[in-house]
Amino acid sequence: MSERVSDEREAPAVGRRAFLGAGLALVTLRPGQVFAASSAARPSLVPSAEASLAPSVQDSLASSAQDRSGPSDEAALPGRGEVGTLRDPSVVGRPRVPTDPEENAAEIQAIELRLACNCGCTLDVFTCRTTDFSCTYSPKLHREVLALRNQGKSAQQVIDAFVEKYGEKALMAPKPAGFNLAGYLVPGAAIATAGVALVLLISRRRAVVASSASLGQSAPPVPASTAEMDRLQRALDEVED
Amino acid sequence: MTLLGQFALWAAFLLGLWAVAIGFSGRWRDRPELAATVVRSVYAVLGCLVVASLALWKGLVSHDFNIEYVAAYTSRNLPPYYVFSAFWAGQKGSLLFWAVVLSIFASLAQLLTPRRYADLMPYVAGVTSAVVAFFISVMLFGSNPFERLAFTPADGRGLNPQLQNVGMVIHPPMLYLGYISITIPFAFAIAALLSRRLDTGWIHAIRKWTLVSWLFLSIGITLGMWWAYVELGWGGYWAWDPVENASFLPWLTMTAFLHSVMIQEKRGMLKRWNLGLIVGTFLLSIFGTFITRSGVIASVHSFTQSNVGYFFLAFLVVVAVLSFTLLYTRWPLLEAEVRLESMLSREAAFLFNNLLLVGIAFSVLWGTLFPILSEAVRGTKITVGPPFFNRVNVPLGLLLLGLTGIGPLIAWRKASPANLRRQFIGPIASGSVTLVALLAAGVRDMYAVMAIALAGFVAGTITQEFYRGVRARRRMHGESVPVAFLRLIERNRRRYGGYIVHAGILIYFVAFAGMAFKVEREATLKPGESVELRSPFGHTYRFTHVGISQYEALNRVVSAATVQVSIDGKPAGLLTSEKRQHVDSFKRPTFEPSTEVGIRSGLREDLYMVFAGAVDGTEEAVYRFNVNPLVWWVWFGGFVLAFGGIVTMWPGGGPTMARSRPAQGGYGVSLVGAGKE
Repeated sequence: MSERVSDEREAPAVGRRAFLGAGLALVTLRPGQVFAASSAARPSLVPSAEASLAPSVQDSLASSAQDRSGPSDEAALPGRGEVGTLRDPSVVGRPRVPTDPEENAAEIQAIELRLACNCGCTLDVFTCRTTDFSCTYSPKLHREVLALRNQGKSAQQVIDAFVEKYGEKALMAPKPAGFNLAGYLVPGAAIATAGVALVLLISRRRAVVASSASLGQSAPPVPASTAEMDRLQRALDEVED
Repeated sequence: MTLLGQFALWAAFLLGLWAVAIGFSGRWRDRPELAATVVRSVYAVLGCLVVASLALWKGLVSHDFNIEYVAAYTSRNLPPYYVFSAFWAGQKGSLLFWAVVLSIFASLAQLLTPRRYADLMPYVAGVTSAVVAFFISVMLFGSNPFERLAFTPADGRGLNPQLQNVGMVIHPPMLYLGYISITIPFAFAIAALLSRRLDTGWIHAIRKWTLVSWLFLSIGITLGMWWAYVELGWGGYWAWDPVENASFLPWLTMTAFLHSVMIQEKRGMLKRWNLGLIVGTFLLSIFGTFITRSGVIASVHSFTQSNVGYFFLAFLVVVAVLSFTLLYTRWPLLEAEVRLESMLSREAAFLFNNLLLVGIAFSVLWGTLFPILSEAVRGTKITVGPPFFNRVNVPLGLLLLGLTGIGPLIAWRKASPANLRRQFIGPIASGSVTLVALLAAGVRDMYAVMAIALAGFVAGTITQEFYRGVRARRRMHGESVPVAFLRLIERNRRRYGGYIVHAGILIYFVAFAGMAFKVEREATLKPGESVELRSPFGHTYRFTHVGISQYEALNRVVSAATVQVSIDGKPAGLLTSEKRQHVDSFKRPTFEPSTEVGIRSGLREDLYMVFAGAVDGTEEAVYRFNVNPLVWWVWFGGFVLAFGGIVTMWPGGGPTMARSRPAQGGYGVSLVGAGKE
């Protein structure tokens, strides 16, 4: 259990018994169905035709039935015991270990957000280990981060150690050095160059327009006042798309 | 049915080749009956592809697991709507989907295009038929949806759990519609080049099609973000994944085109640029398809790696070479009718807008391909993830947001200082007030502050435009405010629809900025235990683990973990996240367990909960909790953007004078009484 996680006694209003009671009140059974009492919010409706279940589910139900025959071991029944056992743990994905308070430390998150998982998911280690529950790489990388931190290494040293071990691809973004600088700078440089070229082009063409206009004019243009230009602009605003 | 499907594919392929041969040969110019056959073969190809599609759907619905595609993507216990959507869930089916939709668009283009463009239509038919024939050839020679297995399995594998989501029923077709419909403007552009009819006619002919493409791409991308958010479970909606980038690239260039085309319509400028943008957008749509289907770049969204990538790469190169060669040969015919007169003009603002949009597209493409480049140059593999893209693209995006507010404020041709003062004072005040308010509220994330302040500036621009328009109508027609507001939009849908789109964009930016303040943590809870999380808006959320229940559903065994949520001590209901083990009809597990996140969405922030797993087979659960600010506004921004797009393209409307008038070489008006004072 992580730090700041409170105990049930601190939150009696939302304790599990209240929900168990709510669940019992809502249960409707069809013929042949059995209600498996559980501390879960949703009651478990177990079909009587167990043969139709997946092998893993069947195994689980078989063991549950065995458990039901032995009242001495009631704590092992699904939904019972100190924290309640699941009917079929095999369908919940990779078995988890309790989260250590250290795992939530901001510095660990910050390090792992900069490191890429190498399972091919394109996510960082923190996101992958807390998201992709079939990934076996990110938990391992997480443990490596913790181990390096426990050796007293700084965040940068941990990251450097990863780069040394796994190569540059261990970083979520390449270091802005050497050839990688091209990655960071080329787009901005290209846009800046194109922008300057555009400004120069427009300036040159404006000069051409101005000179050709002065050559072609036999009489000076009648200047319009600012108010007239604004009036014209408003009129144009009205009709133009 | 597979035989019928195969036959239909071959018939469509041969008819397509016929249309290509006749359409491009130009022989139809002297023989009207040949022109008619080209157009009719477009309809015939559609008929054949509809038959092929029905054959595949029949196989899917009847669970004909002897068809490899049906066995790979469906199972007997798959809900019917997912059986329907399995049509485009896999590589082979989606190729057929692409071909049939393109064929529908090609037929609609022939049917709906006014007769004054009749001399372009055989060329258009030739281009669209070439693209359709290419997709059919990929199916026939590389990835056939009617391929049969040597045996018939008792049940299929079922659909990937992550695709069993309503978002995946709608999102791919929307994105495909966007990608596919780009072919029509491309076909008109090539037709204009081939026929040397390079006035603004072809631009008018494709205006609705470009808007349709852009609208579908926008909706598809937003739905994709929504799907990623609710289904992938990593707590965000955009990860700069190569496939996400591939959908974003044509959207950027299409958006650039929608702006620059206005300059061509009004001033007869940027003809070469516009043709280049249309060709580039089409190539990017094919490039996106290549990335998605080749496996050349790792992505969570990719189809299974296959050899069809080579088909797309070859097609991409051939189309690029032919298109740009054609553009080069017509270069002298594409001279601008007038020159740009001032840097302080709307034309210049649109040019810089185009520069940024295309620059961002280049930047995204560059980042997407940089790992390949790095490996080729240095022999070193690198990862280019969100931190890279954010660092490079966020400043460019903010510049673009600023231009969204600046462009509409500047007059066409040349703005006077008085005009600039009059136009800018309101929006700048709006942006400044927003900035001060943010700083006073203690917001210190630089990019977020800039994004929201610039959004305030753009909001000022949009509000001012509507306010002045309504005021002018009230003066001229004596209408009430609501009537004037509605008629303003009705009479000039393109302009005011565009402003609604801008409103959608600024909402997006504000919502994106919100994610800079997300908080997340992992916790392991026994039933009855709680964990607290403090949100950026100052609320304290308390999550109390209730327990885990397990039950069976139609095609899965579900483990549902539930927490009781309280906000600042007040109960706020239950939140459930699930682990799903999908099974076939014989209850055999089909995929790895998948996760369904629990989301409690609000205007300010989303509670986002992921059930990561159970400890030692007990009800002790490992959770990941996120508080994601302003996410609801991403979806709302998408809605506003799509609504604006629909307003813009809605038929009819007011004085769309640009449609009939020639490009303006200068305003042909004289000021009554000018110079007489």
